[in-house]
Amino acid sequence: MDIFLQQVINGLTLGSVYAIVALGYTMVYGIIQLINFAHGEVVMIGAMVAFTVITVLAGGGMPPLVVVLIGTACAVPVCVLVGYSMERLAYRPLRRAPRLAPLITAIGVSIILQHLAMLVWSRNVLAFPQIIRTEIYELAGAAITNVQIAILAICMLMMLGLALLVYRTRLGTAMRATAQNPQVAGLMGVDINRVIAATFVIGAALGAVAGVMVGTYYGVAQYTMGSLLGLKAFSAAVLGGIGNIPGAMVGGLLLGVVEALGAGYIGDFTDLCKVAGVSDWLTERCAADPHFILFGSNYQDVFAFVVLILVLVLRPSGLLGERVGERA
Amino acid sequence: MNRTPPVAVWAAVVLIAIVLILLPFALSQVGTTWVRIANFAMLYVLLALGLNIVVGFAGLLDLGYIAFYAVGAYAYALLASPHFGLHLPFWVILPVGAGIAALFGILLGAPTLKLRGDYLAIVTLGFGEIVRIFLNNLSRPLNITNGPQGIARIDPLRLGGLDFSTYETYAGVLVSGPMKYYWFLLLVAVAIIVLNVRLQNSRIGRAWEAIREDEIAARAMGINTRNVKLLAFAMGATFGGVAGGMFSAIQGFVSPESFVLVESIMVISMVVLGGMGNIWGVVLGAVLLSFVPEILRWTVEPVQHALFGRALVEPEVIRMLIFGLALVLVMLFRPAGLLPSAVRKRELAERAE
Repeated sequence: MDIFLQQVINGLTLGSVYAIVALGYTMVYGIIQLINFAHGEVVMIGAMVAFTVITVLAGGGMPPLVVVLIGTACAVPVCVLVGYSMERLAYRPLRRAPRLAPLITAIGVSIILQHLAMLVWSRNVLAFPQIIRTEIYELAGAAITNVQIAILAICMLMMLGLALLVYRTRLGTAMRATAQNPQVAGLMGVDINRVIAATFVIGAALGAVAGVMVGTYYGVAQYTMGSLLGLKAFSAAVLGGIGNIPGAMVGGLLLGVVEALGAGYIGDFTDLCKVAGVSDWLTERCAADPHFILFGSNYQDVFAFVVLILVLVLRPSGLLGERVGERA
Repeated sequence: MNRTPPVAVWAAVVLIAIVLILLPFALSQVGTTWVRIANFAMLYVLLALGLNIVVGFAGLLDLGYIAFYAVGAYAYALLASPHFGLHLPFWVILPVGAGIAALFGILLGAPTLKLRGDYLAIVTLGFGEIVRIFLNNLSRPLNITNGPQGIARIDPLRLGGLDFSTYETYAGVLVSGPMKYYWFLLLVAVAIIVLNVRLQNSRIGRAWEAIREDEIAARAMGINTRNVKLLAFAMGATFGGVAGGMFSAIQGFVSPESFVLVESIMVISMVVLGGMGNIWGVVLGAVLLSFVPEILRWTVEPVQHALFGRALVEPEVIRMLIFGLALVLVMLFRPAGLLPSAVRKRELAERAE
């Protein structure tokens, strides 16, 4: 089996989910320059709602695909409601406040959502019922499952849909105008409050679908799952250039692939026994134990951040981010 | 401006000092736990003041500040525990730990000088996570940090003949270990507050403020923005490192779990909630956010018992819910923090016009 291709496939699957979540961060940031820390929790709630629905319907004899679709159909409105209410209650009143104030309310909202979810769904790791039978296809020496194909296809469709929405519709034009200059957009007759609310709603809906996909892909959900996922997705958004929609997509995919390749290869690269000849001590050590791995795959989570830091050091406003002029 | 403070102010200062010095006696009546909680509150004051230099003074949003706390804590733990068999005295470890933390501060600051605002925020956040993941995994192949198990049996603080871990009786008054730590931390906190006040009004403090308000203009005025920003990172990191060393000594045990992202977020919440850039606001924020969750911890369950006859909901959940709600509400009603800095007040007043 081709390990490289395999890791790329796994990476793209995970990366496309990162991209979808990253879009939620980047759209909100692009329009009101707020890091919506609670977006990861929205994704978590999406996964949780789908978990409940799928568990209830799993034994009902309905086709698995329909069950998952109903689960998603229930998760989306719940997340949309959560997304809309947090904008309305926690962020809108602070639009003219110092910049860090909404960041703190976002943290507060995140804590509240996490613990509400813990009340509802307990603190245990919840296992999704395995209703979709995994089928494995071979692709140039690597394996790809039907779930992976579905995730990739859905993510691509959603990104395409979002791109059409942002670049081809009136709402999209209004969103881009608001992102450029809210005051002037307002003078041109754009209802800014509505546009910002719409941004949150779209982001939350995407997040809900991403939550369902993560839940069904890994088969587990927990009330804390939003934090790390949100963190990675936010990194992806920054990697691509925060506020930039194509950037979030590229950043997400890139991050997923880098993470998968990193986890797959770092053990080999840092195995000192490959160069056992350089010292006697090492030769002895390797005779007893054929591997002397400095950094194993438990460093997987480091890659996302190392790549992020490297990219930002070389390109301070992300891969596709606009070069902001030297202005305070 | 430089009037001698009137007698009333001095009287208030003396009164507050007496209250603070006698506080552990009152707290230990309730339970030694509360003296410990006060000690942690003091550690958070140190941390929040350190972060305030970076975020409040220089305007550089740092979401990975806890990494420096971790570096300080592990420096102390490795140099004064059976893990490596080293038992260096406090006065040796203090400068070493502070120095290592400062080095990490520069290590983080140097590559990120060009980054602005939220890009800086995410890089610092990533840096914090990287440090934690390394602490968690540097147990194989060579055991440096002992991984997730952490390092135990760290030496308590010893200054001269004074051992901070034991009970003693002075003139019939029982003085416990945590109480000794309390007074030591109080002393350190006062010293650092004085240092911060002096720093804010110094040439460097004004340079930081200039950079925060407008970096280009600051550079045009002849401020060496690179060095001044690095200094902010290094100084903030040093305070974090010192607090970390104290944490190790008090706790006697460190593990990567104490340095998760939530802790960074906690410290930044203290700074912003209290009033970024205002030293007294930051102190207030740190004290409030350390005590409120603890008070909730001890009251939520009895209140539930009184109202419903049993604990309906886990106290921990309610505690966190109230905490989250408090963060949101305080920000909604006081967006510049509980005690806003003078500059913020001015800005808000201008915008309201």
